[in-house]
Amino acid sequence: MSNFLSLFLALVIAAITYGTPLLFGTLGEILTEKSGNLNLGVEGIMFMGGALGLGGVFYYEKAAGAGANGFVAVLAGILCSFLAGALASLIFSFLTTTLRANQNVTGLALSIFGTGVGQFLGEYMRVRENGYIAIGNTLKGYFQNSPFPAFLQKIPIVGGVLFGNSVFFYLGLILAGGMFFFLNRTRTGLYLRSVGESPATADAAGISVERYKYLATVIGGGISAVGGMVYIMTIAGCVWNHEGLGGVGWLAVALVIFCMWRPLSAIWGSVLFGALMILYLRLVIPFIPTQLYKILPYVVTVIVLIASSMRNNKEKQPPASLGLAYFREDR
Amino acid sequence: MENAVSAIELKGITKRFGEVVANDGIDLRLNRGEILSLLGENGSGKTTLMNMLSGIYFPDEGQIFVGGQPVSIRSPKDAFANGIGMIHQHYKLVHVFTATENIVLGLEEGGRLDIKAAESKVRAICGKYGFDIDPAQKIYDMSVSQKQTVEIVKVLYRGAEILILDEPTAVLTPQETDKLFDVLRAMKADGKAIVIITHKLHEVMALSDKVAVLRKGRYIGTVNTAETNPQALTDMMVGHAVTLNIDRPQYEKPVPRLEVKNLTCLDGEGVRKLSGVSFTAMGGEILGIAGIAGSGQRELLEAISGLYPAAEGEIIYTPEGREPSNLVGRTPMQIKKAGVAMAFVPEDRLGMGLVGSMGMTGNMMLRSWKKGKGVFINRKDPNALAMEIWKELEVVTPSTEFPVRRMSGGNVQKVLVGREIASAPSVLMTAYAVRGLDINTSYTIYNLLTEQKMKGVAVIYVGEDLDVLLELCDRILVLCGGQVSGVVDARSATKDQIGLLMTRLGGKEGA
Amino acid sequence: MNHEKRTPLIRLAKRDGMEGWKVWCIRFGSIVFALLLGALVMGLVGANPLTAYGTILSGALGKKSALRQTVKIAVPLLGCALAIAPCFKMRFWNIGAEGQITAGAVAASYFALFWANRLPSPVLLVVMGAAGAIAGGIWALIPAFFKAKWNTNETLFTLMMNYIIIGVVRWLQGGPWEGRKGSQIIPQFDSAACLPRVLGVHCGWIIVLVLVVFMHIYMNHTKHGYEIAVIGDSVNTARYAGMNVGRVMMRTMFLSGAISGIVGFIVASGANNTLYDGVAGGVGFTSITVAWLSQLNAFAMVAISMLLAVLSKGAETLQTRMAVPTSISDIITGILLFCMLGCEFFINYKLIFRKNTHKEAAKS
Repeated sequence: MSNFLSLFLALVIAAITYGTPLLFGTLGEILTEKSGNLNLGVEGIMFMGGALGLGGVFYYEKAAGAGANGFVAVLAGILCSFLAGALASLIFSFLTTTLRANQNVTGLALSIFGTGVGQFLGEYMRVRENGYIAIGNTLKGYFQNSPFPAFLQKIPIVGGVLFGNSVFFYLGLILAGGMFFFLNRTRTGLYLRSVGESPATADAAGISVERYKYLATVIGGGISAVGGMVYIMTIAGCVWNHEGLGGVGWLAVALVIFCMWRPLSAIWGSVLFGALMILYLRLVIPFIPTQLYKILPYVVTVIVLIASSMRNNKEKQPPASLGLAYFREDR
Repeated sequence: MENAVSAIELKGITKRFGEVVANDGIDLRLNRGEILSLLGENGSGKTTLMNMLSGIYFPDEGQIFVGGQPVSIRSPKDAFANGIGMIHQHYKLVHVFTATENIVLGLEEGGRLDIKAAESKVRAICGKYGFDIDPAQKIYDMSVSQKQTVEIVKVLYRGAEILILDEPTAVLTPQETDKLFDVLRAMKADGKAIVIITHKLHEVMALSDKVAVLRKGRYIGTVNTAETNPQALTDMMVGHAVTLNIDRPQYEKPVPRLEVKNLTCLDGEGVRKLSGVSFTAMGGEILGIAGIAGSGQRELLEAISGLYPAAEGEIIYTPEGREPSNLVGRTPMQIKKAGVAMAFVPEDRLGMGLVGSMGMTGNMMLRSWKKGKGVFINRKDPNALAMEIWKELEVVTPSTEFPVRRMSGGNVQKVLVGREIASAPSVLMTAYAVRGLDINTSYTIYNLLTEQKMKGVAVIYVGEDLDVLLELCDRILVLCGGQVSGVVDARSATKDQIGLLMTRLGGKEGA
Repeated sequence: MNHEKRTPLIRLAKRDGMEGWKVWCIRFGSIVFALLLGALVMGLVGANPLTAYGTILSGALGKKSALRQTVKIAVPLLGCALAIAPCFKMRFWNIGAEGQITAGAVAASYFALFWANRLPSPVLLVVMGAAGAIAGGIWALIPAFFKAKWNTNETLFTLMMNYIIIGVVRWLQGGPWEGRKGSQIIPQFDSAACLPRVLGVHCGWIIVLVLVVFMHIYMNHTKHGYEIAVIGDSVNTARYAGMNVGRVMMRTMFLSGAISGIVGFIVASGANNTLYDGVAGGVGFTSITVAWLSQLNAFAMVAISMLLAVLSKGAETLQTRMAVPTSISDIITGILLFCMLGCEFFINYKLIFRKNTHKEAAKS
């Protein structure tokens, strides 16, 4: 019994680890899509975030030498990746909002561009630094270990699950809560949602549709990019690993649908998806091939998508103008 | 009214759209605590005028005064700042938001949204004027009249002292209309100034203190409601009959071609769009259909073409030399093949019946695309047809491949009407076929229709201009609120008669 | 002086149309602009842009063997862009070509792996192609069915379908179709199941060129093509003309998926001679941009897919000769796509600068 329990707890902790990058990717895309922009470039954005985040931390450590501060390093990682994602999304916003290019195609172009940039930088840094980019073990700890004191983590049963995760999980929780509050309890959040639902209505009410779309998409892209950095710094062990990162961005797009554009649901959704990603390693059920676990997140998402369209529940729908360009004179 | 406080005053307001003068030197004055009806036919410039008050358009000439002070209204925000709120015909609401969320939209920047405080403020407004809405209810759960109420509360919440309502009763039931009027009277008692745009005379008489009449962009005058009557207002609205001299030959012996019996149609939400419509269209006759916009003209035509489901009734069609049959329940394709053609020119001209990105040839194919065996489409015949229409109707276009979206309105309509006529129908329905056309082009279309009539075709002509209807048609059917309010002989009827039927004064309602 | 100007400094208006030569000047200009930006990027990483572009060109087209490699890259891109064109023409946003390729490859591989010794090679290849087409078609039909029936969002649905089928391939690789135990690799196809070569490249290129002609005719000269065009322009008009919109949607998606499926068969049988999870390798996504930027014109797709293939192949040479990572090609491709996407704005809209009306006002 206790054996089973400890196995289960280990699974939950691993699921949280794998879910955390997804959580960031998803939260960023939720913010973006709430403005009516369907940015399919999340994959590219997370690649860029991963490579630039890693680069930021690496060069910080190189510059600071032994005196490198863990807190500053984490901050540098977040900042670099955020800027990378914000910049990529700025391209997307400019093309789709100002130049009114097709969002699907632009998003796909961004994902090609972003994965290219990410991989290029990852490779380039590796070559320039003589074949190896590594972060010192002390700094690594700041990224991967729990920020809580040991006695909390040692609380029987719940200690590990509640207090044993990396700092990013807790940041993600705060972010999800903050985003929920922003979207549902503030004026700006309400206006943002109105832009995504009905830009013509928002426009008539004196809300600047373009400004909201730009800001939400750029900030959302930044948040998604942090997810890429989190993947590289925690799961990939602080080395550039494009194989592992591949597909995480698309999973984040799926998760946005799965959690029906609600930031708080993204928390458990990302842990669930994280669990599905690693379940095959931990829990072998006879007759169900382990590889098929990995497609479960997508299958579940498709089912959610179909169910929501069939039930025709007015609440649980994509933002009504998702993917459409807005031009005032088109009325 | 000696010491009345002026709420709003317009002096010499002119607005042009390209060549068209939508408003020509209009003067208007409204005091606090008054209700003004702005009366006029479709296209007389009522909405344009009010859009200049609400900041959608900016006047080319003239001056607006609010509370006696000259103001410049350049955006909806400016309008709100001056206490002007407009309730548009098409509501601008976010469906997944609650009433309150919609009401506070765009009002202030930043900060926490205190929805409870906003809700109680909304409740206070509702209580004051007797509105019946739940501030926490979602828009998608609301009826049309509730949505309208939300729009009204929205402008009141923004502190509007002057309310403009654009055809507020067009979508309401009589009971809802009564309720709305009670509310408007309560607001009037509270000192608000209210403008309602309408063309329903009985509403004008029942509600307003003053009536201002526009005709074809020009200001005709303002009268006190107490000192006028529907007949005088109709005269002001439609003006004196204009002689157009449309050639109207008589066909020897018209035969019944299309017999509509007790047709009732419901829209997706179960609202009656047509109720109990019955009439007969004769071969060799032009049957005009008159009525204010949205009285069921579109639904009637679509129901006959099989595009709009009929809830009740029959449409009996008797082609020449063949047995009568019922069209209800048949597909649009079958009805088309049987010889019923429809040319509907919607407001945006291209919405239905034409493919904007294709040229004339491509649009001719819309009727013939399924013809012939095999997988390939026949472009030859449609192209020949396109060439023929191009030449005969003098369509201005560089080639038959030139996208119709880029043609001017008149030419687009020629393509549409020409194609429907070319299909040699035995029933030809056109709606707003001369919408936005110049005189000469309009006559081309009139002649085409008359030609068809003389071939024994049953022509149904939905029109806006009463002068044209009176001179072109043989009989005129008047629709009002989805019902037939009368059928008159076009050769003997007068404009007033039809005008009254359109607003039901001559009919059974009269209230 | 009450008439303060209310028009903003720059205003947008839809353009009615532009002369053909101007349109192509703008498009060509955007490509040049993109290449200049690409040069800037190369300069930043310390490569001489001129040499680098030269290397890309010679690396992709300089030798016969290089040219063959380039064509090999262009074939699936072109084939898939052709598949996507009718969907996009209909405004059905099928971004599931990646999965439809994979589905086609799976079905083709089944016959390649288990029927190779039972059928003569030509028959086997035809069966593989047909199986690929049917599988790809069905994979595309599923989202179309739900779109037609319940208006389920097709963009997100087709996207998800990609990863489901790729997951299935991973399972096949490590499970039922695994070659040597533990290798996670599906064995190479029997030579009977490999597409024969013509002029040194597997004959997929011929199939794809035939498809170019087919698609051009289908879109422009058939009843189906006409229906697709009308629905893409206005669903209301389509219904007025008596078209069954849902049925056309499903039929078109089946066709689109079937062509993608054939591309999957070509890639598995011709290029890889086996099946693995990267059989589509992003082609399904890149080809969407190819189709869109070609304005859904089948012949323009040939040029654009070649352009992207040259960049991609040339970048490999760039890596070996100048030690610039191959991913530079993705970056330049991305820049190219951005510029070409952006330039359409200047074709469809015009900027109206506020005229100085002060003088006119003073006169009156």
